[in-house]
Amino acid sequence: MSAPRTLLAIDKVSKNFGRVTAVDGISLDIRENEFFALLGPSGCGKTTLLRMLAGFETPNDGRILLDGRDIARTPPNKRPVNLMFQSYALFPHMSVRANVSYGLEMERLPAKEIRSRVDAILATTELVALADRKPEQLSGGQKQRVALARALVKRPRLLLLDEPLGALDKKLRGAMQLELKRLQHEVGITFVIVTHDQEESLVMADRMAVLRDGKLLQCDTPHAVYEHPVDRFVADFIGVMNFVPGRATDDGVLAADGARIVGTVPSTLAPGAAAVASVRPERIRLFPSAQTANRVAGTVEALAYQGLDLQLHVRTALSQKPFLVRVTADAADRRPVASGDAVELGWDAVDVRIFAD
Amino acid sequence: MKSYAPSRSSLLMAPALAWLTALMVVPCALVLALAFFRRGIYGGIEYTFTLENFGLVFDPLYAGIFLNSARIAGTATLIAVVIGYAAAYAIAAAPRRLQPVFLFFAVLPFWSNYLIRTYAWIVLLNREGLITQLLRWFGYTGEPPSMLYTEGAVIAGLVYNYLPFVILACYAPLSRLNPELAEASRDLGASAMTTFRRVILPLTVPGIAAGAVFVFVLSIGNFVTPALLGGGRFQMIGNLVYDQFLTANDWPFGAALAMALIAIMLLVLTAQALAADRAAGRIAEAKGGADG
Amino acid sequence: MAERSPATRRTLWLVLSLVFAFLYIPIAVLVALSFNQGGLPTVWSGFSLKWYASLAGNAAILSAALNTLIVALVSTAIATLFGTLLAIGVEIRRQYGSGLEALIFAPMIIPDIVLAIALLSFFSLLDFTLGLHTIILAHVVFNLAFVCSVVRARLKSFDWSIVEASADLGASAITTFRRVTLPVILPAVVAGALLAFTLSVDEFIIAFFTSGAGRASTTLPMQIYSMIRFGITPEINALATIVMAVSITALTLSQRLNRGVIGQ
Ligand SMILES: Nc1ncnc2c1ncn2[C@@H]1O[C@H](COP(=O)(O)OP(=O)(O)O)[C@@H](O)[C@H]1O
Ligand SMILES: [Mg+2]
Repeated sequence: MSAPRTLLAIDKVSKNFGRVTAVDGISLDIRENEFFALLGPSGCGKTTLLRMLAGFETPNDGRILLDGRDIARTPPNKRPVNLMFQSYALFPHMSVRANVSYGLEMERLPAKEIRSRVDAILATTELVALADRKPEQLSGGQKQRVALARALVKRPRLLLLDEPLGALDKKLRGAMQLELKRLQHEVGITFVIVTHDQEESLVMADRMAVLRDGKLLQCDTPHAVYEHPVDRFVADFIGVMNFVPGRATDDGVLAADGARIVGTVPSTLAPGAAAVASVRPERIRLFPSAQTANRVAGTVEALAYQGLDLQLHVRTALSQKPFLVRVTADAADRRPVASGDAVELGWDAVDVRIFAD
Repeated sequence: MKSYAPSRSSLLMAPALAWLTALMVVPCALVLALAFFRRGIYGGIEYTFTLENFGLVFDPLYAGIFLNSARIAGTATLIAVVIGYAAAYAIAAAPRRLQPVFLFFAVLPFWSNYLIRTYAWIVLLNREGLITQLLRWFGYTGEPPSMLYTEGAVIAGLVYNYLPFVILACYAPLSRLNPELAEASRDLGASAMTTFRRVILPLTVPGIAAGAVFVFVLSIGNFVTPALLGGGRFQMIGNLVYDQFLTANDWPFGAALAMALIAIMLLVLTAQALAADRAAGRIAEAKGGADG
Repeated sequence: MAERSPATRRTLWLVLSLVFAFLYIPIAVLVALSFNQGGLPTVWSGFSLKWYASLAGNAAILSAALNTLIVALVSTAIATLFGTLLAIGVEIRRQYGSGLEALIFAPMIIPDIVLAIALLSFFSLLDFTLGLHTIILAHVVFNLAFVCSVVRARLKSFDWSIVEASADLGASAITTFRRVTLPVILPAVVAGALLAFTLSVDEFIIAFFTSGAGRASTTLPMQIYSMIRFGITPEINALATIVMAVSITALTLSQRLNRGVIGQ
């Protein structure tokens, strides 16, 4: 593989609406052909950032470079960028085919070429049978595919998707996540997707950016963000995490009840500072061996199946909230536990992440 | 929308706003100005400032016409609101799928020609009209009752003409009413009558107010109905204005009368806005229940 | 609403029947009498179309009808164009003062007689010759307001993101208006136009004041008014029936195009 080329450079971009700063000095590089996710809680500025990329908002500050050219002030109809709207924004008075052809007609392409390109994209998105229907005759998933086809047929340099799966039910969403990924691979277009669903970005993205209050917190691969979150907020927002509050020491965190959690302390944390040690549920073992660095006794409060795995809620002295522990089906079969059982939990020092609190 | 479109919106609004300014705002301002001038000797306008015209509005003769107009408009409003509310309530209680049909037919006459609807009452009420004939048919032999050219005829005409609007205005809040509110009231031990008086009625006051204001404002400024059904015997403000402009040729006084009419209208509209504001809180709660 | 007892239900149906009787009997009597053979305008003496035939031969009525048609068509065309643009402008902007709202709302609520004398004073101050053109200028004022309110009602549920989608796909502002915005709101625009047309056809007082003297610019409502003042005749019944049929057809059409126009 050759070195990834930067397609879009977002350079210290800010946007405010009156007194609200929706996007606050964000810098990001998006690479050619990648599937990039913008993730953050509702209201963090994802849509605003995306609308600036599409041309519907103008940044108050900063540059947006597409292939090295600043497009921050180019009107939306003059950008090789297309947006798939959160509401799909299908033209209600046009058939599926007319919706999809519209963008090519705007480019004044010959009718024959429009026809063949539309046919091709309708086939790719499995819409051939629905070509003559009006949007109101389509289901949510079908509308979503039309919106996608309409944007893709223009072969944009960059496709922006604002919560594309938000309106679909959970099951359909899972299927569409894979479908989107397949399509992106097939058409070879760079996708930037906005989502507030962290699971979705973990499944789909090549790289992701986590936003909060208009600021960029972390930008990396899903694996890196999951394993090495930059702060407590990211650790909590991405996946499930158990937290033990306390004070930083040389080699870990001293919990309120006097227990010591061993782990690597970041150099920025001075001993004695308020800190929190954290560990993922799947890194915790039931009935650990005596050599395990961190161990704690607790009582099982509740059990819940998550797919085949079992999730336990274990009350310990370490934190107010019960610990969440993920037990594989195999392990659960080998040594069954029930609500009310006394158990011991253990995890290794390398699985502990420590953050300022 | 929102961010890149508003720059063009002024351009879109310009022709219409220019039209309204030139042919409504300016002429109305002109009438206001006219009211401060003196009537010329031969009916023209003498451009000297005076407050006489407004003084004349309060002259017992004309003030009497104002009061008379207000009484007739008020009576018509009261009757229209009672009938209209009952009709709207009955429509809102009808099966869901019939409601739009009933509503449509209740409002349809409203959009046919006002003159013709008024004329229809002349046909009904005249000495040889349907009502007289019905009375004969029941054995009545005396003089035909004189119904046309009475205050009653004017009121009937006003009620008839504006009833559809009251139905429409009352139907809106009635149909949006959360049915669980009435049920909750019954559940808490209120009788049907108490429920109506303490729950349904207060929540539908804005509709009643809107309908009432409409009937009152249009009635008090009406010209056609008193002219046709009152036979010119029942002067209302509208007729007075008409006379000043087309018969008496006293435009400044006519203008002052028109301004008095507008003042009454604004007063009534303001009262309604205040009532609506007060009711808004109650409505928000009732709607929240229906949506949530 | 809550379950009702049979007695309550009967009362409600009775109320409905009475109200509809009140609303429709006067009109029904009028229509029936327009087919009356005899010369007496209120006593039934057999079916005949002769009053309709006599209307067709009445030059004054025909010329008034033509005038009305001209006024209604021209004022509707202007009001539809400007009223629609106004509605779009207002809805795009969204943050407008209450002054603008009042200005747009005023023509619907100002008493006809006031607008009528205001325009008469205005035109005579400017030494305008009165005629059909001044009636048209005047009718556009209230027609604008009604078209605007019908189109605005539609725009309240308009999904503005399709306008952005069109720009995103490469369309200019004008192309977007022609191919996306207008087609979507067209039913409301046509409904507004039909409403304006009916209002203009029926409007009497403002036309009366702004038409000037003389037969040349007499409209149908003015003609009807002078006929009614003269006395009731079977001919008026026939004319009234036709005018009502036209308005009601236009309004029914408008209602079908735009569910709930009348319910605004
Ligand atoms: N057009 C606008 N006018 C005023 N404030 C806005 C506008 N658009 C977004 N905002 C504000 O900017 C912030 C970010 O909004 P948004 O980008 O929509 O967030 P997200 O898509 O992440 O939920 C929010 O506080 C929102 O209220
Ligand atoms: Mg958003």
